[in-house]
Amino acid sequence: MRDFEYEAPASIAEAVQVLGRHNGAARPLAGGTDLIDQIRVGRHQPGVVVDIKKIPELNVLELSAAGLRLGAAVPCYKVYGDPKISAAYAALADSAQIIGGIQIQSRASIGGNLCNSGPAADSTPSLIALEAIAVIAGPAGKREVAVENFCTGPGKNVLQPGEFLVELKFPARPPHSGSHYRRFIPRNEMDIAVVGVGASVVLDEKGEKFVSARIGLGAVGPIPYFVQEAGQRLAGQPVSEATIEKAAQAARDMARPIDDMRGTKEFRLHVTGVLTRRVIEEAVKRARQ
Amino acid sequence: MAKKRIVSTTINGRQVELLCEPRQTLLEVLRDTLDLTGTKEGCSNGNCGACTVLMNGRPVVSCLVLAVEAEGATLETIEGVAPVDGLDPVQQAFLENAALQCGICTPGFIMSTKALLNENPDPTEHDVRFYLSGNLCRCTGYDKIVRAVLDSAQKRKKAVAAK
Ligand SMILES: Cc1cc2nc3c(=O)[nH]c(=O)nc-3n(C[C@H](O)[C@H](O)[C@H](O)COP(=O)(O)OP(=O)(O)OC[C@H]3O[C@@H](n4cnc5c(N)ncnc54)[C@H](O)[C@@H]3O)c2cc1C
Ligand code: FES
Ligand code: FES
Repeated sequence: MRDFEYEAPASIAEAVQVLGRHNGAARPLAGGTDLIDQIRVGRHQPGVVVDIKKIPELNVLELSAAGLRLGAAVPCYKVYGDPKISAAYAALADSAQIIGGIQIQSRASIGGNLCNSGPAADSTPSLIALEAIAVIAGPAGKREVAVENFCTGPGKNVLQPGEFLVELKFPARPPHSGSHYRRFIPRNEMDIAVVGVGASVVLDEKGEKFVSARIGLGAVGPIPYFVQEAGQRLAGQPVSEATIEKAAQAARDMARPIDDMRGTKEFRLHVTGVLTRRVIEEAVKRARQ
Repeated sequence: MAKKRIVSTTINGRQVELLCEPRQTLLEVLRDTLDLTGTKEGCSNGNCGACTVLMNGRPVVSCLVLAVEAEGATLETIEGVAPVDGLDPVQQAFLENAALQCGICTPGFIMSTKALLNENPDPTEHDVRFYLSGNLCRCTGYDKIVRAVLDSAQKRKKAVAAK
C-alpha cells in the first residue's frame, strides 16, 4: 500500500487541528472498511490517515427521551446489538445488520457509510427516513446538516477540508411509529443494493391513518433521495393499498436510475415501486405492534 | 517514508511488541513480520474472510485493519486455537465432517465459528449461514462447513459439561 502517516487524536479539538494542518491531504479513518481498500487501489491518496475512533464523542451511543445520539465511529454491531435501539429505530438496525458480513459489521460505522457517500449506501435511506441530523466539527466550530442534504454526488458530500462528522442525532420516536429498511439484491447477503428503501411512518392512535411518513431511496440516482412527495401523499390519509400505492408512485417518479450490471433502468424503476410499497407496509405493521 | 511505529498487543495470550509502518495491514504484519502464516490472504479487500482474526473478541478481516490500530488490542489467530494436547472442538468437527478441501478458507471459517459460538452457543442452521456469510469457500459448497459448525456447537457443549 501507498505510504502515509497515521495519527490518532484523542479529542475533537485535536482532530480539527490535525485535519486542518494537512489542508485536505488528511483523511478520517473510522472502521476502515471502505477507506483501507480505497487507499490500496489508489482511489484515495491521503498523506495522513486520522484515526478518529479514540475520540469519546465519536463513540457515544445514547438513547434518551430526547432521541438517539449515534457517534460517527460506532460500529454496526453495537447498533443492532442494542434491543431498545433496534426496537425504536428499527430501520437503522435493519441497515446496520445488512452492511457486509459479521466481520465488516465489527468495524464498519454508520458515520463512515454516510461519509463515504456511495449512492447505494445501505444506511443513508434509513437515516433520511428517521430524520437524522449530521453534527459536523471543523475549524469554524460545529454545524448541523439534515442528512438528506449531506450527499452531493457519488462519493461527494458537504464536508469541507478540515471538517468531519462527529455524530448523528435522531429525534425521539413518537408513539405509534414504525420504520423499516430493505434492499433488493440478487444474493441473500453480502451484495450491493440494486434498490434500497427506508421508510418511517407515524400512525394515529387507532393505527388506521397516517399522521406522517418519510421515505428515503438508495441506488437509484447519484445520491440517496428524500422522497418528500411520498410523505405528503400519505399524511392524513387512511392506511390502504391505494394510498400506499400513491406514495410508491412518488418514489418511482423521483428515481433516476442508470443501467448497470446490477440491473437495467426499467427494472430498477419497477423494483423501486414494489419495494417502497412493501417497506411502507412493514413499517405500518411495526407501528401497530 | 512514514516513521515506523512500535505497537504493543496481546496475541494468543502473549504480550507482543512489533515494529510496523502505518500503511501495513494487520494481515501483512501477522504473516510477514510475525510469521503467523496460519491467517490466509484471499482477496485483500474484505470480501472473502480468509484473513479473519478476533480483535478484542470480535471477528474482523485483518486485511482491512491497519497494524497500528492493534495498539493495546487483544488478538486471537488460528495459531492460538488448539490446546497443547490436541485440537479445539471446532477443529475436530471440521476434520470429522470433511469441511475442507484445499483448506485456504479454513482458518478464517474456524475463527468466525469461534466468534459465533462465543456469542451464540446453540445456533440454528440459519444462524450459522447468516453469521458465516462473510467467509467464502470455493471448494466445499458450504454444506459440510455448516454441518461441521453445528457439530462444533454440540461438541463444545459436551466439552463444557465434562469440565
Ligand atoms: C466486504 C464488504 C462488504 C460491504 N458491504 C456493504 C453493504 O452491504 N452495504 C453498504 O452500504 N456498504 C457496504 N460496504 C462498505 C462499507 O463497509 C460501509 O460503507 C461502511 O459503513 C463504512 O464505514 P467505515 O467505518 O468502515 O468507514 P471508513 O472506511 O473508515 O470511512 C469511509 C469514508 O468516510 C470517511 N469518514 C469516515 N468517518 C468519517 C467521519 N467521522 N467524518 C468524515 N469522514 C469520515 C473516510 O475518510 C472514508 O472516505 C462493504 C464493504 C466491504 C469491504
Ligand atoms: S483477504 Fe481479507 S477478506 Fe479476503
Ligand atoms: S476448502 Fe478450498 S476454499 Fe474452502
